Formats: sequence, C-alpha cells, structure tokens
Amino acid sequence: MKKISVIDRILFLITGLLASYQIVDGIADAGTFAITTYTIGFGVLLVASLLIIILGFDILDSPLVVTVSTIIPLSLSLGLVSEYLPKWQTPYLIFAILGFLTIVITRYKSTGKLATILPVATVHGVAGMIIFLLPIIFSLQGKTPGGFALVGIGGALIGIGGLLLTFLKSGKPILPKETILTLLPILFVLMATAFVFGFAAG
Amino acid sequence: MDKLKTKLRLYLPLIKSLQTILLLVTGLAGYMTARCPVTTAGTMIGLTLSLFLSVSGSTILNMWYDRDIDAKMPRTQKRPLPSGKMDATEALRLGLVISILGVGIAVAMDALYGLIIFGGLFIDVVIYTIWLKRKTAWSIVWGGISGGMPILAGRALGTGTVDWIGIALTLAVLFWIPTHILTFSIRYRKDYKLAGVPTFPSTYGETFTRNTIAISSILAAVIIGIAAYGVGTEWGFLRLMAVLSAGLLSLAIASVVKPSETVNFGLFKYASLYMLSAMILLMF
Repeated sequence: MKKISVIDRILFLITGLLASYQIVDGIADAGTFAITTYTIGFGVLLVASLLIIILGFDILDSPLVVTVSTIIPLSLSLGLVSEYLPKWQTPYLIFAILGFLTIVITRYKSTGKLATILPVATVHGVAGMIIFLLPIIFSLQGKTPGGFALVGIGGALIGIGGLLLTFLKSGKPILPKETILTLLPILFVLMATAFVFGFAAG
Repeated sequence: MDKLKTKLRLYLPLIKSLQTILLLVTGLAGYMTARCPVTTAGTMIGLTLSLFLSVSGSTILNMWYDRDIDAKMPRTQKRPLPSGKMDATEALRLGLVISILGVGIAVAMDALYGLIIFGGLFIDVVIYTIWLKRKTAWSIVWGGISGGMPILAGRALGTGTVDWIGIALTLAVLFWIPTHILTFSIRYRKDYKLAGVPTFPSTYGETFTRNTIAISSILAAVIIGIAAYGVGTEWGFLRLMAVLSAGLLSLAIASVVKPSETVNFGLFKYASLYMLSAMILLMF
C-alpha cells in the first residue's frame, strides 16, 4: 500500500476543513431535514479525511469502506431532493434507507458477486445522478443561480472517487493502485471545494 | 549562548510539549467560554503564561520522580533524566521554580484561579504520580481530575466562580482522559509491565479496558455537548461537535467490536484531535 505523503495529508486536511465549514455555515439556510442529511454527508467526509490523515491509506483496506462511502452520496442526494424536489422526499428517503440496508446486508451475508455489486451500483448510480444532474438542470433552467451547477461537478467528482474506490476494493482496479491513491486526495479536495462554492451560490 | 541552547534542547523534552499545549488550550477555552470576544490582552497573556508554567512545572516534577521507571521502559529510556543527560537535582530545581512561578502568577491574577491551578498541580504530582501511580490502575482517575483543572481554572477566571458549566467541562476532560491514557496503555502494555506500573490492561484485561474506553468516550462526548449547549455555542458549531463526537464513538465501538492495533492507535490519535477541536469550537 502506498505510504501517505505530507502533501496527501495537507490535501485531506483542506478537505476536512472545507467539510467543517460546510457543516457550520454552508448549509445554515437549508430546512431541518436537509441540514441533517447534509451534516451526515459532510460529517462522514470530515471523519474519513481525519482517519486517512491519522492511519494512512491502510484504512481503505477495511471492509467498512464500501458501506461508509455510500453514506456520502446518499445523504447529500437526500438533502438535495428535500430542498429542490420536496414532493419526492418521502419516496427517495425510503429508497435510500432500503438501498443502504441492502448494501449492509449483502456485504456481510454475501450471496454471490452479482448480488453484492448490484445494490452498490444501483444506490451509487441513482444518488450520483441526482447530485450530478439536479444542480446542473436547475441552474440551466434558471431556477437556481449558475454557480449552483458546481454542486453537480462535485457530484461527478464524488462519482469518479467512488468508482475508483469500488474497483480498488473489487481487486480489479481500472488504474494502478498507486495512481488511484495519488488521485484520491486531489479528488477529495476538488470535490469539497466544488460543494462549498456550489452550495454558497445555491 | 551555545550552553543555553544545549540546556534548552535538554529542557524541551521534559515538558511533553504536545500534552502541555493541549492542556493550555483547554484552559484558554475554559476562559473564553465566559469571556468571548477577549478584550483583555493582559489577562490572556497572564493566563497563558501561568498555565504554561504550571503544567510544564508539574510535568518536569513527574519526570523527575518517575525517572527510575522511565529507565525501564524502551519508550521513555531516552528521555534526558533516565538517559543520564541531565542531573536529577537540576530537574527537581527547574520543576519547582517553574511550578512556583506558574502558581505565583496565577494567585496574583485571581485567588480562586490560583487555588484551582495549585490544586491541579498538587493532585497531578503528589496524589497521582507520587502516591497512586505505582499502586493502582485507578490512579488515572486522579490524573483525569488534574487534567480537568486547567479548563475549570480558565472558566473560573472568566466567571469569578465555579459554576455548573465549569464542572461539566472538567468532567468532559475527566472522561476523555481514559480514552487517551487507556489506548496508550494498551499500545505500550509491555513497557508498563517492564516498569511494574499497574494499568487497566494488566489488571483487568483488554476487554474490560476497551469497554471502559467506549463508556468513557460516550460520557465525554455527551457531557462536552451539554457543556457546549450551556455555554451557548451556535448550532453550526454544535453540529460540527456532534459529527466529531460521532467519529470518536464509532472508533470506540469499533475497538470493542473488532479490536486491533490499528483501531487502538487510530482512537488514541483521534481522541487528541477531538479534544483539541472541541476546545477550539468552545472558544466561538
């Protein structure tokens, strides 16, 4: 496993600080439900960054990574749905809870490779598309300021990060492991920056 | 000049700079929970100086007294006293002078503040180190109480009294200490065994120790949350504190459910970071 460098640590620290800012101030104008889900999403990002700083990339070997990394897109997409598509809040909440539980159950009671991958791909796919498309469509339609589209960019980056991690965990990485671990801190910091500026604009 | 530099290089490891800074920050946070924004630079300088000197003084006195057991542990045997780089009498004099200076400044600033600072130093050096550390694993409770004195002192200096928030903040530090010390004693259990110092892992086993860490982490997180609410910390900062507390609790639970050296080390480091962050958040 690649040793974590000082630069990697600095990038994760910046990610943690951006996530902290977002929890404290960046989501203050949202509704109670959205504040709660955003806090969970950015909170997991913050704690994950701190743990990588402390324990290095070895922590990515943990079987919990796939489950925990699902929380970030799910909770952020829940917050977006609650704020911008409030009629869909309850159905999407049910989808999120069921999806998350399915991932947890299939992770620990493995019922074949397809049964393990399918829920992860579905949940990540739907949540990722919401974070990616909703801000961009709303910005294009003029329902939100143009800068809000940056949240969609953050969503794309989180999707790339999630894909790289999933392939890494599956043992069939699309890029060499070293390259993925070199890209990961950069992706994290860019994603957090896009979210902070995007939410500030929206 | 070179002689002075050499001396300073020897003195620096005697004060455990990271631990001293963390305790100093708790004291400043205690004061700022009552007086924020800070408008009295003189008081802040006095508070910083007296806390720094008192904490450093007590650490030097502890190092002086524990030099025999430090010499038995690989982790500590390179320290200036057990390695023979520094004379024991010189360390004792230095510790006494710095402690007296620190407590003196504290008393001159405010009698109650000075009394609490003196109490912390007395409990740490006399009750914890000299009396109980080599006799019982429960000595850490007294170590925890002394660790909670800087924040209580800071709060008392700001309010002029010992209020429930000050006591809650002290309890938060007291319950945080086992997370910090017990994870450390699991990591270095062989060292402590060599030195004959009773610890929770050696007395009660690792399972009991990990359960204690988990319970004390929960208590520390809950009490610090209550104290922060009492202080009037803004919702945004409370949310951040809740997130950081959730991280601490997750690691504590992970150390019980799936114990490993990695989780233990992670919890030890995260606990320090958690306390530092919580103190900074209390300042706002």
